[in-house]
Amino acid sequence: MMTLTLESLRHDKRAAIIATALMGLALAAFPFMVGSTLGNSWLRIIDFAMLYIMLALGLNIVVGFAGLLDMGYIAFYAVGAYLYALLASPHFGLHLPIWLIIPAGAALAGLFGALLGAPTLRLRGDYLAIVTLGFGEIVRIFMNNLNSPVNITNGPQGISGIDPIQMGGITLAKPLSVLGFTVPSLHAYYYLFLALALFIVFVTIRLENSRIGRAWVAIREDEVAAKACGINTRNIKLLAFTMGASFGGVAGGLFAGFQGFVSPESFNLMESVMVLCMVVLGGMGNIPGVILGGVLLTILPEIFRHGAGPVQTAIFGKILLDPEALRMLLFGLALIVVMLYRPAGIWPSTTRRREFRGESSDVLKEGE
Amino acid sequence: MMGANLLEARNIAKHFGGVKALTDVSLSIRKGEIYGLIGPNGAGKTTFFNVLTGLYHPDGGELIFAGDKLKASAPHLAAKCGIARTFQNIRLFGNMSAMENVMVGRHVRTHAGVIGAVLHDSRTRREEAAIRRRAEELLHYVNIADRADDLARHLSYGDQRRLEIARALATDPKLLALDEPAAGMNGTETEGLRTLIEGIRSDGITVLLIEHDVKLVMGLCDRVAVLDYGEKICEDVPSVVQKDPKVIEAYLGGSLA
Amino acid sequence: MDIFIQQIINGLVLGSIYALVALGYTMVYGIMGLINFAHGEVVMIGAMVALTVIKLLAGSGLPVYIVILVALIAASAVCMAVGYAIERIAYRPLRRAPKLAPLITAIGVSIVLQNLAMLVWGRNYHAFPPILPVSEHEILGATITSVQVAIVLIAALLMAALIALIDHTRLGRAMRATSENPPIAQLMGVNINQIISLTFVIGSALAAVAGLMVSANYSIAHYYMGFMLGLKAFTAAVLGGIGNIAGAVLGGILLGLIESLGAGYIGDFTGGFLGSNYQDIFAFFVLIGVLVFRPSGLIGEKVSERA
Repeated sequence: MMTLTLESLRHDKRAAIIATALMGLALAAFPFMVGSTLGNSWLRIIDFAMLYIMLALGLNIVVGFAGLLDMGYIAFYAVGAYLYALLASPHFGLHLPIWLIIPAGAALAGLFGALLGAPTLRLRGDYLAIVTLGFGEIVRIFMNNLNSPVNITNGPQGISGIDPIQMGGITLAKPLSVLGFTVPSLHAYYYLFLALALFIVFVTIRLENSRIGRAWVAIREDEVAAKACGINTRNIKLLAFTMGASFGGVAGGLFAGFQGFVSPESFNLMESVMVLCMVVLGGMGNIPGVILGGVLLTILPEIFRHGAGPVQTAIFGKILLDPEALRMLLFGLALIVVMLYRPAGIWPSTTRRREFRGESSDVLKEGE
Repeated sequence: MMGANLLEARNIAKHFGGVKALTDVSLSIRKGEIYGLIGPNGAGKTTFFNVLTGLYHPDGGELIFAGDKLKASAPHLAAKCGIARTFQNIRLFGNMSAMENVMVGRHVRTHAGVIGAVLHDSRTRREEAAIRRRAEELLHYVNIADRADDLARHLSYGDQRRLEIARALATDPKLLALDEPAAGMNGTETEGLRTLIEGIRSDGITVLLIEHDVKLVMGLCDRVAVLDYGEKICEDVPSVVQKDPKVIEAYLGGSLA
Repeated sequence: MDIFIQQIINGLVLGSIYALVALGYTMVYGIMGLINFAHGEVVMIGAMVALTVIKLLAGSGLPVYIVILVALIAASAVCMAVGYAIERIAYRPLRRAPKLAPLITAIGVSIVLQNLAMLVWGRNYHAFPPILPVSEHEILGATITSVQVAIVLIAALLMAALIALIDHTRLGRAMRATSENPPIAQLMGVNINQIISLTFVIGSALAAVAGLMVSANYSIAHYYMGFMLGLKAFTAAVLGGIGNIAGAVLGGILLGLIESLGAGYIGDFTGGFLGSNYQDIFAFFVLIGVLVFRPSGLIGEKVSERA
């Protein structure tokens, strides 16, 4: 049904405009609907979902488009977050403006991406996975320990008191009043994150349908053939790492400003794994799928969190099982079940939907 | 047009461990000709191909291409110089459409980068349109325009071969190197392929053909070189090659009769 | 006390444990080309089961070696069942699926096992009951405990047995054939499903032993212990050349040595700038270094760019 409506939209310009307007209205009203029905804790979760969408789209460039399995992606998120924390908090007494920090975070994360990419480009899939995983851990361990002899990261305690995001004297930490309306802080963050997420979606779509995007996919499909077509695979792969990382850097900066606090704990391997799951479970390489994956995997554990305790009380009259463990248990089961029934992801791109390794025609097998 | 050498291989050597895959192979391909490279299985044809297209580094010798010494250090540079290739076991981008496969071939002759892609400025739009146009032309040229939107891996075997040739042509090659393009084709398909290769040559592109199908090679090529155990044992026009005793011996008097 | 010798001994003990766990990763990878992300959790389950049995039997008056033996058997049995179940439920249905799908189910299994353990054993650390007769021996100015001696010896014995099994038995031949080329092995009459199941079961049994060793050596076990251990062991397997049995052993021992020597000397190397809290970093730095210069691991086959 979904595809049918999308198809008809492509042909009818007026319907497309109306649909976009409705969609925009829905997205604009969404935080008020959530805030008034489910409360502020869910609004926070929605804000986080926006950040995860940005992360998932960034990782999708590396994993989904270029086919490079990166399991240390959260390191770039960490780089963006820590840069923000260091440049806008009492820790060093610096309070630089956001329009400087966020681009700087993107650039620095991009640089880290290139740094990781350069020595690892020759590696095959699984080796790349483990090296990137190691890289992510290295970044985290340094953040954990760079508090002595010179205190840079404040170690495991992390950095707190980070400036909230503010632009031109307007801070998002307090309710805004716009044209007589009062926009609460969480709502304002939602709009900012939504805008940036949409921007990243836009950039990703443009990239996908470009010479660069085709080169990425070509490398994923067959690296030797891509080289034979004149693609400088080294540079193009580095570009994928850099672009993906810079998205992570942006999301990281926003996270630091939103949360007001960063610590190495927020950037452990489980987080990298989570973002990878969003990409693969949603539908690798397919932008709507990846967005769906980001939203689902942010919300699902929270639903389990909110459900695990009360449902037990309702059934057994008391809490028998540790709700935290139960919620992650259910989450793990959900991952398994979804992948078993939809191995190509929930919403795969049409081109990958039927891709099953064993089924792919033998003439495309490698080896001369 | 024919006459000057487009490619000159001088004393090319390549060994893998102790196995000598190529020993002192020298040959020259003239501009505008269809040049055949034949030999029994394991004679070193594909190895020569891989050296020529930058996939392997030669252990000795040099390649002169269009007057310049070819530093065949990387495959993408070979493509840039004007050497395009197909693969013995077809290597397409299976999950991309036929159209996209050919568009990837234009990569080396186009320039749009990340900024261009994101801004989608008029120059990028023009370039993108030109890429698409050229890809459409090439799909027509190899006669698979009706399959443009199909995934490459859903194409029939013969169409996949044609698509691979279209993709190679998209790089605007001076030399098109085809590695056993007729392998696995039936008689009609082979006949179509012959017409296609002749057409490519008449458009001014030099063709290097590795082939098992000796009949096809002899009927199509202007000149033929024969490799045996990594050495060139003969290089001449087909009629002479066919009568060369060394060649006949190499093939054990088999399919050359 | 000689610090160098002491760190070598500690490294060997740690390395033996890594090697046992690494074998599980490398066997599965060799046969299926799959990173069994959940293997570290199997080690944790082994440690937890063994610990529980030991606690139950500690006051029973049975001789210590019987208690340990029963714990080992129980842990192995549970782990083998878990390993078998993991393969059947999470991997077998996805053998023809896109390559990343089984990686995600593996992660899912890992999360499930970890939280299952949290539900069963709680969030707390469990201390290893002091039933082992610990005696200390002096070697070249360093100390080695009887437990450490036992760990190294048992690990060596198990690894020798595994290599013998793979090199000299019918089952081993079938395993090698399957890892070489599954369809051909099947044509030759090898029951691939059975071989893959057995591979998981054997790997899991080794993991159970390793689990008991870790908890005995550090006198502690908890639901989260499998994660880092698994990561390190996998690193060891890659270091040696994943898919290669001897490589896993070598990689494990090397990684153990590097870690313990590194932790002992990093302060001296960096003039006190970095302390032993960076211990976990070595594994990854070494790994990246090795892979950059020898992408197929120390004794892995050289894989050409085309493969």
